[in-house]
Amino acid sequence: MALARPLETVEAPPAQSGWLATSVEFCRRRPLGAVGAAIIVVMFVVALAAPVLAPYDPQLVDFAAMLARPSPAHWLGTDSFGRDVLSRLIYGSRTALIVGFVSAFVGATLGAVLGVGSAYFGGRVDLYMQRLMDIFISFPLIILALALVAILGNSIPNLITAITVPMIPRCALVIRSSALSIREMPYVDAARAAGFGHSRIILRHMLPNVMAPYLIMVTAFLGQAILLEASLSFLGLGVQEPLPAWGLMLRGAAVEFAEAAPWMAIFPGVAISLSVFAFNLFGDSLRDALDPRLRTQ
Amino acid sequence: MLKYLTKRFFLMFPTLLGVAIVTFFLIRVIPGDVVELRMGGESGAVSQEMLAKERARFGLDQPLWKQFVVWVGGVARLDFGRSMWTGAPIWEEIKLRLSLSLQVAIMATVVAVLLAIPLGVLAALKQDTWVDYAVRIFSIAGLATPSFWLGIVFILMLLIVFKWLPPMVYTPFWQNPWQNMQQLIWPALAVGYRYSAVATRMTRSAMLEVLREDYIRTARAKGLVQKLILSRHALKNAMLPVMTVVALEFAFLIGGLVVTEQVFNLNGLGLLFVQAVAHRDYTLIQALVMLVSGCFIVVNFVMDIMYAYLDPRIRYR
Repeated sequence: MALARPLETVEAPPAQSGWLATSVEFCRRRPLGAVGAAIIVVMFVVALAAPVLAPYDPQLVDFAAMLARPSPAHWLGTDSFGRDVLSRLIYGSRTALIVGFVSAFVGATLGAVLGVGSAYFGGRVDLYMQRLMDIFISFPLIILALALVAILGNSIPNLITAITVPMIPRCALVIRSSALSIREMPYVDAARAAGFGHSRIILRHMLPNVMAPYLIMVTAFLGQAILLEASLSFLGLGVQEPLPAWGLMLRGAAVEFAEAAPWMAIFPGVAISLSVFAFNLFGDSLRDALDPRLRTQ
Repeated sequence: MLKYLTKRFFLMFPTLLGVAIVTFFLIRVIPGDVVELRMGGESGAVSQEMLAKERARFGLDQPLWKQFVVWVGGVARLDFGRSMWTGAPIWEEIKLRLSLSLQVAIMATVVAVLLAIPLGVLAALKQDTWVDYAVRIFSIAGLATPSFWLGIVFILMLLIVFKWLPPMVYTPFWQNPWQNMQQLIWPALAVGYRYSAVATRMTRSAMLEVLREDYIRTARAKGLVQKLILSRHALKNAMLPVMTVVALEFAFLIGGLVVTEQVFNLNGLGLLFVQAVAHRDYTLIQALVMLVSGCFIVVNFVMDIMYAYLDPRIRYR
């Protein structure tokens, strides 16, 4: 695809001047991305400092304070078990980040290895691999994840697996198309002429050169993974009570008592949207910064 | 061209077969089966003999490959068999819900297109101004908001602000269009907003690309008014990738509204799928997955052909 902006406004990659200078440059040029990054940093701090920040134990049931409205004692109110909504939100960020990060990284990495391998070997291997990926892409994300959860059973590692698997073919497709041009590079020929093995060429020579699309896929998947976890938990197929998770907080009582206690239904949704929004915003700007050619996708 | 078309056409079948294989074996790995669930649910204690007899009735005692061949043979004749849970023909089960799911999908698509095209064009024309940024934030927010939660918020707003709830019982459109719309417009809006986000971004980038083409400069040079340049020259050419995105998403919408249907209490294909998985209703799950994936594969094929047909610059081997 053609460039989405005239050539002169496409920035040259910043010179190697340390990560600090690079991030200052990133914030200056891409204010939206910086906003996203700031929200992500806040989320991380909240997740790490959850025991300090949360005013209550997220699993503490208090029937005296059932469905209490927001007040100085419970800033965001309580749920139908009298549990503090704010504390559950704070601890829920841990679940979201763990599920999001692990599945995005594992999914994108496996996808990248498959994509690069497919492009490197070419021919029949590539053909069969593409057909296989076509098959898995034809399943809607949620349907494949739902089936996997049903097979594996309910637990956080299984949930992560169920979210990771549908991401792999989507990443493999994107990485393969970038890797196809890298395969023709003289340095790959040189490596082959030097007699290096396939795995060394793939891992040491080709993978580092698809870093840009790889990072873009990771940030894109992060948001999707958090959304998918929330959807599955909402259906009762993801994280199980009493563990705090945002999607789970919207399940059941939140809808039943929506009129009497709207805070139960509003705040977890805001938390999901805000975090996915931040990851998407950051990912978008990262894409623009890393690879102007991919901007149009 | 004809050669490409035939090749592309016949390539659909291995993919469909692959989907069939994956689905067939994947659901059989899920612990528990329909017979156990159905018999166990009623009385609790059923003899092994009874279970075996029931399994034999569904052909579940046959070797897997044989079951698979029988099923695929049926699918090839468009006979999906009977639901293992209710015993009704699959087609009956799907027909009941298809009109509802299809209607929500179509309405959501209309919402998405009505939002996406004006916003995308506007953002492209005002590139890098606050208008562009506002549209970008609006569309990224759409991608980030779970549509099931947006649905909850809609219901809450109607309840608290207007003291009114949309009807919770489904009325077919032909019986009472007004009643039907009152119920289905909300899920359509919630899903349509999210769905418009992808289309808005695609419209924006496609427009940006087209606006830099030589023929746009030619149109400007010969003094055409901006409106004509946009509608006749730019938009027409930018629509192709946007249509692809919209069409592919539509294929997934038919069966993929699993969560949103739950919020609005809609008895659609998504809910049917969740129930089918819970019941281990193999035949029904298989049919639903084949329906949705089949739609996706066919839409993909049609869009590929449309590309070649509508854009003479694209010529396939």
